[in-house]
Amino acid sequence: MAEKDLSADVALAVRKWQKKRGALIMVLHEIQGRLGYVPREIALELSKQMNVPLARIYEVLTFYNFFELEPPAKYVISGCMGTACYLKGTPQIMQEFSRLLGIEVGQTTPDGRFSLTTVRCVGCCGQAPVVLINGEVHSKVSPQDVPHLLAQCKD
Amino acid sequence: MTKLQKEDLEGILQRRRESRRDWIAVGMGSCGLAAGADAVFTALTEGARERGLEIDIRKTGCLGACHAEPLVEVCVDGVPKTLYGHVSAEWVDLILDSHVLLKRVVTRLAVPEIAERLTSCNDRDEPDPGRQYKIVTRNCGAIDPESLEEYIASGGYQALRRCLSDLSPDEVIQEVETSGLRGRGGAGFPTGLKWRLTREAEGAEKFVVCNGDEGDPGAYMDRSVLEGDPFSVIEGMTIAAYAIGASEGFLYIRAEYPLAVARIEAAIRSAKLAGLLGRNILGSDFSLNLEVRLGAGAFVCGEETALIASIEGKRGTPRPRPPYPSVSGLWGGPTCINNVETLANLPPILAKGADWFRSIGTEKSPGTKVFALTGKVRRPGLVEIPMGTPLRTVVEEIGGGPLPGRRIKAVQTGGPSGGVIPAHLLDTPVTYEDLAELGSMMGSGGMIVMDDQDSIVDITRFYLGFCVEESCGKCAPCRIGGRQMLTILERLSEGRGTPEDLEQLRQISKTMKAASLCGLGKSAPNPVLSTLRYFPEEYERAISGAHTKA
Repeated sequence: MAEKDLSADVALAVRKWQKKRGALIMVLHEIQGRLGYVPREIALELSKQMNVPLARIYEVLTFYNFFELEPPAKYVISGCMGTACYLKGTPQIMQEFSRLLGIEVGQTTPDGRFSLTTVRCVGCCGQAPVVLINGEVHSKVSPQDVPHLLAQCKD
Repeated sequence: MTKLQKEDLEGILQRRRESRRDWIAVGMGSCGLAAGADAVFTALTEGARERGLEIDIRKTGCLGACHAEPLVEVCVDGVPKTLYGHVSAEWVDLILDSHVLLKRVVTRLAVPEIAERLTSCNDRDEPDPGRQYKIVTRNCGAIDPESLEEYIASGGYQALRRCLSDLSPDEVIQEVETSGLRGRGGAGFPTGLKWRLTREAEGAEKFVVCNGDEGDPGAYMDRSVLEGDPFSVIEGMTIAAYAIGASEGFLYIRAEYPLAVARIEAAIRSAKLAGLLGRNILGSDFSLNLEVRLGAGAFVCGEETALIASIEGKRGTPRPRPPYPSVSGLWGGPTCINNVETLANLPPILAKGADWFRSIGTEKSPGTKVFALTGKVRRPGLVEIPMGTPLRTVVEEIGGGPLPGRRIKAVQTGGPSGGVIPAHLLDTPVTYEDLAELGSMMGSGGMIVMDDQDSIVDITRFYLGFCVEESCGKCAPCRIGGRQMLTILERLSEGRGTPEDLEQLRQISKTMKAASLCGLGKSAPNPVLSTLRYFPEEYERAISGAHTKA
C-alpha cells in the first residue's frame, strides 16, 4: 500500500468524525469498512492524526470482537452461534466446512481463500441455522448443503 | 419535504385515509431478505406493471411469521386479507392472477394457521386470549419503514404533537409513570422513574440513549423493530428527550445489524428534513439531535455503564454503580438509557393515554412483551403478547407446539442471563415477577424451545461458554468464577463429572451472583442454577457417565 493512499484513507475517516466526541470507534469502523481490517500502519497514522496514543487505539481494537487486525480471506465463512442456530446444528455444519477445507474454525486456508469463523447471533433465528458468506446470509443450512455453498465461491 | 408544523400531521393522516387502495406487502427484514424476498418484490413489481394493476406494492419490515419467509401479504377489496408463506418468484404470477385479478385466494399458498395467530396488525381493539396483540410491532410488516409519510398516516407523531402542545415535561413523565411501563431490556425498571431521576439530576448537558445492543443469542425483537418501524423508536426518543430536558441523543446499535443501522440512519435524515428532529421541532422551542453509534461485538456493552464507555469511544467495561447513569452518564452528564422496545411503546402510550395502556397486561406488568420464539417449535417467529399470557399459549398455540414426533422439554427465557423453565411449568404467566420466581427472567425477549433431543447440560455449557467469552475481565468473580464453572460443565458434558462438581457449581454461582461488578457476572450463573433445580436427573446422569451429548 502506498504511503500516500494510506494517509488519505485515514484523513478521510478522521475528517468525517473529528468534530464529534468519542469518535475513535466510529473512525475504526470506517477504516475496517473500507479495508476489511485495521492494519498496523493505519493505526500508527491514526494515532498521529487524532492525537491519541497508539496504546489507546489497540486497547479498543483488541477489546471488541468485531475489529480485525489481519487481512480477511477472500471468502469469510461464519457460522451463526446464536442459541437457535446452535440447537439446530451450527456445530455440525462447521465440522463439515472444516473437513472439506482442511482447517479448523478460526483458521484461514494457506492460499488465503477461505477462513472459518463463528459469529454471534445475527438475529435471523427464524431461518436457523444460518451461515454467512462474506456477510450474505444463507438460511436453513444443513451439512449436506456445504459442498454446494463452497462451489458457489468460485474465482 | 418542507418542515412540518403541528397542523400538517392531521392533513397527512386525512389524505392517506382517503386515498387508501389495495396493497401488497413484502416482508423485507433481514430474515425475509435472507430467504429471497428481494427477488419476490422485483417479480411482483414487474408482474403488476405487465398487468397494468393499480396496486401499492410495499417493502415492509418483519411480518412475524419468520419460519415461512419470504412472506407476502395481500389486501384487495372484496377478498379476505391473506398472508402467503414460502413465496418464490415463480408463484408471483399465480398470486397476481388469482388473488388480485380474479379475487380468489390461492389457498394452497396461504398459511391459514399463521393468519389466525400471527396477523400483521390488530384487527380488534381489545386483546383476545390466546392471540397476539401488537403495540410495539404495530407497524412492523404493515408500513414501509423508509416512509415517514406512511408512519404519520398510521398515527405516528400524534404523541409527540400532544406532548409538545399540551403537556409540560413533568406531565409527560407523570403520564409514563401512571402507565406503569417497565424497561423492556430485561430488568424491568420503571421507565417513568428513570426519566424523573434524570430530569431532576443536576447537569448542564443531558442525554437520551437508545440501547440497541441486542446481544442475547436467539433474540431479534429489537432488530425487527429497528428495521420494521424505525420512526417509532425515534419518536419515542424525542418524547424522552423532551421529558428529561436533553437536546442530544445517541442510538447505540450492534454493527452485526447493518440493515437496522441503515434504516435508522435513513429515518433520522427524513425526520430532520421534515422538522421532526433538529431545531424547533414541529415549530416549538424544543430541539434535539440524534446520532447513531455502532457496537463492535461486545455483549457486555448492553450493560448501561459499559455502553456509555463504548459511546465515548473507549473499551466497553462496566464501572460500579452508583452513581447511576441518570445522575452521571455520558461525559458526566445525566443520561437516560432506554431499550428499543421500551421506546417503541411510548408513542402509543402518549397518544392513547396511560389508562389504555394499563388496561392491557397485568397490574404489576402492564402492556405487552415482544418475544423471538425460536428453537424446536413448529412456527418460530416474532410474537407480541399481552403480559400475563401463559408460556404454554405462546409455545403451543402461537408457536404450534413441538416438531412432529417430539416432546417439549423446556423453554429458555432471558438468554444467557435467564433460566431454563421445564415443560411442567408452562402454565406460568409471562410477567416480570412470575418468571423471576422460577429462577429465570423476562430478559430482552428471547424464548427458545428445547425438546427431548436436547441435552440440558450441554445447553447450560453453551450459555456459560458465551458469558465466559463475553466477560470483560475487569472483576475477578466473573472472570475466574465463570472459567471454573465452564471447566466443570465441560467435564460434565463429556460424562466425566464427579458428585462434588454439583456442590462446587452451586458455591461458585453464589459467589458470582453476590460479588460480580455488573449484570453479566451476576446473572451468568442463572442458567446453571435453574437447570440444577429443575433437571437434577440430567446432571446425575452426567456424573454416572451415562450422559451422552445430544
